[in-house]
Amino acid sequence: MSENLIEFNNISKFFGKVIALKDVTMKLKKGEIMCLLGDNGAGKSTLIKTLAGVHKPDEGEIVIEGKKTVFDSPKDALDMGIGTVYQDLALVPLMSVTRNFFMGREPLKGPPFLKTFDIEKANQIAAERMGQIGIDVRDPSQAVGTMSGGERQCLAISRAIYFGAKVLVLDEPTSALGVHQASMVLKYVVKAASQGLAVILITHNVHHAYPVGNSFTVLNRGKSLGTFNKKDISREELLGMMAGGEELDKLEVELEEMNRINN
Amino acid sequence: MSDKAKSIASKKTSGQDERLKEVSKLRLLLNRPELGAVGGAILVFIFFGIVAGDTGMFSAYGTLNFLDVSANLGIIAIAAAMLMIGGEFDLSIGSMIGFAGICIAIPAIYWGWPLWVSIIFAFAMAVLVGYFNGILVVRTGLPSFIVTLAMLFILRGATLAITRLITGRTQVPGLRVLIENDPIAWMFATDTFKWLFTWLGSMNLIALRTDGTPLATGIPPSVIWFIAATLFATWILMKTRYGNWIFASGGDKNGATNVGVPVGRVKISLFIGTAVAATIFATIQVLDAGSADTMRGNLKELEAIAAAVVGGCLLTGGYGSAIGAAFGALIFGTVSMGIFYTDVDTDWFKVFLGAMMLIAVVFNNYIRKRVTESK
Repeated sequence: MSENLIEFNNISKFFGKVIALKDVTMKLKKGEIMCLLGDNGAGKSTLIKTLAGVHKPDEGEIVIEGKKTVFDSPKDALDMGIGTVYQDLALVPLMSVTRNFFMGREPLKGPPFLKTFDIEKANQIAAERMGQIGIDVRDPSQAVGTMSGGERQCLAISRAIYFGAKVLVLDEPTSALGVHQASMVLKYVVKAASQGLAVILITHNVHHAYPVGNSFTVLNRGKSLGTFNKKDISREELLGMMAGGEELDKLEVELEEMNRINN
Repeated sequence: MSDKAKSIASKKTSGQDERLKEVSKLRLLLNRPELGAVGGAILVFIFFGIVAGDTGMFSAYGTLNFLDVSANLGIIAIAAAMLMIGGEFDLSIGSMIGFAGICIAIPAIYWGWPLWVSIIFAFAMAVLVGYFNGILVVRTGLPSFIVTLAMLFILRGATLAITRLITGRTQVPGLRVLIENDPIAWMFATDTFKWLFTWLGSMNLIALRTDGTPLATGIPPSVIWFIAATLFATWILMKTRYGNWIFASGGDKNGATNVGVPVGRVKISLFIGTAVAATIFATIQVLDAGSADTMRGNLKELEAIAAAVVGGCLLTGGYGSAIGAAFGALIFGTVSMGIFYTDVDTDWFKVFLGAMMLIAVVFNNYIRKRVTESK
């Protein structure tokens, strides 16, 4: 097996007295999709922000392609090939597909000091990239607001890949989407992984994670409950491990109780 | 690029994509932010063409008159529009006009500075005021409405207090004699294309004074600045990276920050832009009148915002155009002058201004829905 593309070794993060993350370890290879599961408050957001270079870990180390790395800023993480797609997607609905795709990283042309935004080239690349995903962008100058939720998600992912992401970090990419839209996004995620990217998919939806994931890391109250390969664990076991699992079991029992009383 | 991509790209550029055909030119036009203002301007011209077509409103002199008024408003409206697209307001534009006026007049008259040094001084002060507005808004995260409202009072008060302290009055006259041979002042005080008007006069095509010189002597400097500002702002918004950052900063501050747009710097530069535009306005006015008045520019900030809104800018930012703001200013300037040529009492102008704004806001809201929800 090839060596790991990215390693998270015993990462801890404290905010004052609060232990947000404790000894979290994850390892990812090229082409692998790891799903990071956890209920609200499990530390998913903190972990994402540590990956994206927003937070510096208080303990532990991040190793990328065998080299120990410290991110001083989100830009550092970007430069090292960590492409993070946040839940809000960082897309502006009123702006065109092209202008969103290249937001902050516009291609330029022309002489020094008079460089202009190369809209033609940008349109071409945006159309090409969206075409590769099979998204019906009638016109790359149409506003992103006209696209569906799934298409927007795919646009944000496609943008991260175009700008050199080797490790794709996706924060709840399917949480706001319907079944059809969610499957469209997941299909694209699998395709991206098959092209050699490592994907960290953060979600609290086991049903979305299980079909696409190669391995699963479960976070609970800031600690990792371990990383499991798909063949070693079932969907129900995963669900049970998340904090919500027990709660749901309890809820089921309570509902049965209520039914019995009503009948 | 792969062959498949090439074929997609060539389809896009040659317009042969079958999905593109459905989007007609008309629909693309309907989605442009400046549509309302351009349509409104056409209606205004038709109206005055019918009502006041034979009154001299559209003579060379009359035309330059309403163009001058429109242009003055347009210079600040365009800067206000850019700031609004960037997601902020500047209510201190009007006060900045008064402040810039005395920044030119007092040093030039009372301290003996050359006029050009005074003008540069005024622009330097504008950059400072704009920077201060911007840094306050960006650093505190307070609404720019509040921050610049405070600046509106501070600047107007300071203008009055300083002027009275130094001069004992609220007006500073006597600037006209300084304009001649000044290396900078001509940019704000010279009519252009005089030869054209002289020639038109000699051909008896435009009205003449009793001494034989034409009544309209040339294109006023405000119009040149106005056209230049419109072109420059449109170029920035549509063709540069900075333009894309302006839309992004106003459209979604957090999103823009996450992808590396320097939102704070963009906003501060736009605040500097409105203050500098106010100073261009002030310089033209002060040199034209030959005097500075502490009350100059009163309420101009609201007219500028109104013109920007009529021009298609959304109050929430991220959408609008400089051309739209220019046409918005043209509408207001034309009506404010044109109303003198009709039988309508000029008191009604403000009613028109308000009604126009209301219609524009409702219309813009509809356009925004079209743009973002057309699926």
